[in-house]
Amino acid sequence: MSDFVMYEEEFRRVDEELRRLYQLANAKLIFLVDKNGQLIASAGDTHNIDTTALASLTAGNIAATGGIAKLLGQKEFSILFHEGDRDNIHISIVANKVILGVLFDQRSSLGIVRLRVKKSTGALTRIFHEMDRKALGDKRGRAELSPFAEITDEDIDQLFK
Amino acid sequence: MSFINYSSREINCKIVYYGPGLCGKTTNLQFIYKKTAPQQKGKLISLATETERTLFFDFLPIALGDMRGFKVRFHLYTVPGQVFYAASRKLILKGVDGVVFVADSQIERTDANIESLEDLRINLADQGYELERLPFTIQYNKRDLPNVVPVAELDSLLNPDKVPAFECVATSGRGVFETLKNIGKQVLMELKKHY
Repeated sequence: MSDFVMYEEEFRRVDEELRRLYQLANAKLIFLVDKNGQLIASAGDTHNIDTTALASLTAGNIAATGGIAKLLGQKEFSILFHEGDRDNIHISIVANKVILGVLFDQRSSLGIVRLRVKKSTGALTRIFHEMDRKALGDKRGRAELSPFAEITDEDIDQLFK
Repeated sequence: MSFINYSSREINCKIVYYGPGLCGKTTNLQFIYKKTAPQQKGKLISLATETERTLFFDFLPIALGDMRGFKVRFHLYTVPGQVFYAASRKLILKGVDGVVFVADSQIERTDANIESLEDLRINLADQGYELERLPFTIQYNKRDLPNVVPVAELDSLLNPDKVPAFECVATSGRGVFETLKNIGKQVLMELKKHY
């Protein structure tokens, strides 16, 4: 199992795609989370939202639903939709490894969100597949950039003072 | 599976507190939450039943500080300890970078400890991990109670590989941060090996 590493260039492309989706879907917030609950990127107004907690709970939600799917002999439920009084949330799995969340209210609709998410999923999938290829290809070449390359035991000790 | 973000210069790691029901996993997190400066911590999320038993997980993000220009963050999770939440426990181990096994030191919980440790091994194996190859710390909790098993005996029962083990009283905080520091260091050392 490899770690999830994201470099500047891919981040910029992901960020761009999330912004596009944010506008086209007329959403309140778009967020991308890895399946283990770490927030990767977001677009929109995160002012009053604890995005770290949102990321972890969303991943928990997907994990629990995935557990149900397995129990029922399904591969997964790739889309979840939660309807609230004011806001709704559409959650889907992208490229089998990350989770895309779209928070929206009555200014948008489930139909628009589904359509736009589908289009963005294609673009994001391409980015993540490229990232995978890159991670496999030049892990060695990037070594000098690694934050761990020069880390000493003292650096780590220092963190825990 | 840690997440290293070069764009925002962050390293995020996932640490899971595992152990039998009522051993003090949530209490560990509550103490860490209480004693961490506000700017270093996020919200403590507890998905618990009405009787405060963990239903799915507890979650606490903490920021440690900077290491060579990278912000280091730990995401701490607990699993629900009760036997019948097996399916949920397995899910939470997904992408784990380090495990703390919280053992209940009381004599009557000896079997529960052994069973839970075995359950941990099985669930990790299902996710493609081996406990022996993961950063792993053991905590002997509830050392303040009168009916506890001696540490030497707990060691021989639960810690054949001699991983770091700490005596702890999670309610008062004794040993809580020692445990966290130890697993944190192991996780970062392990990451260092790979990068």
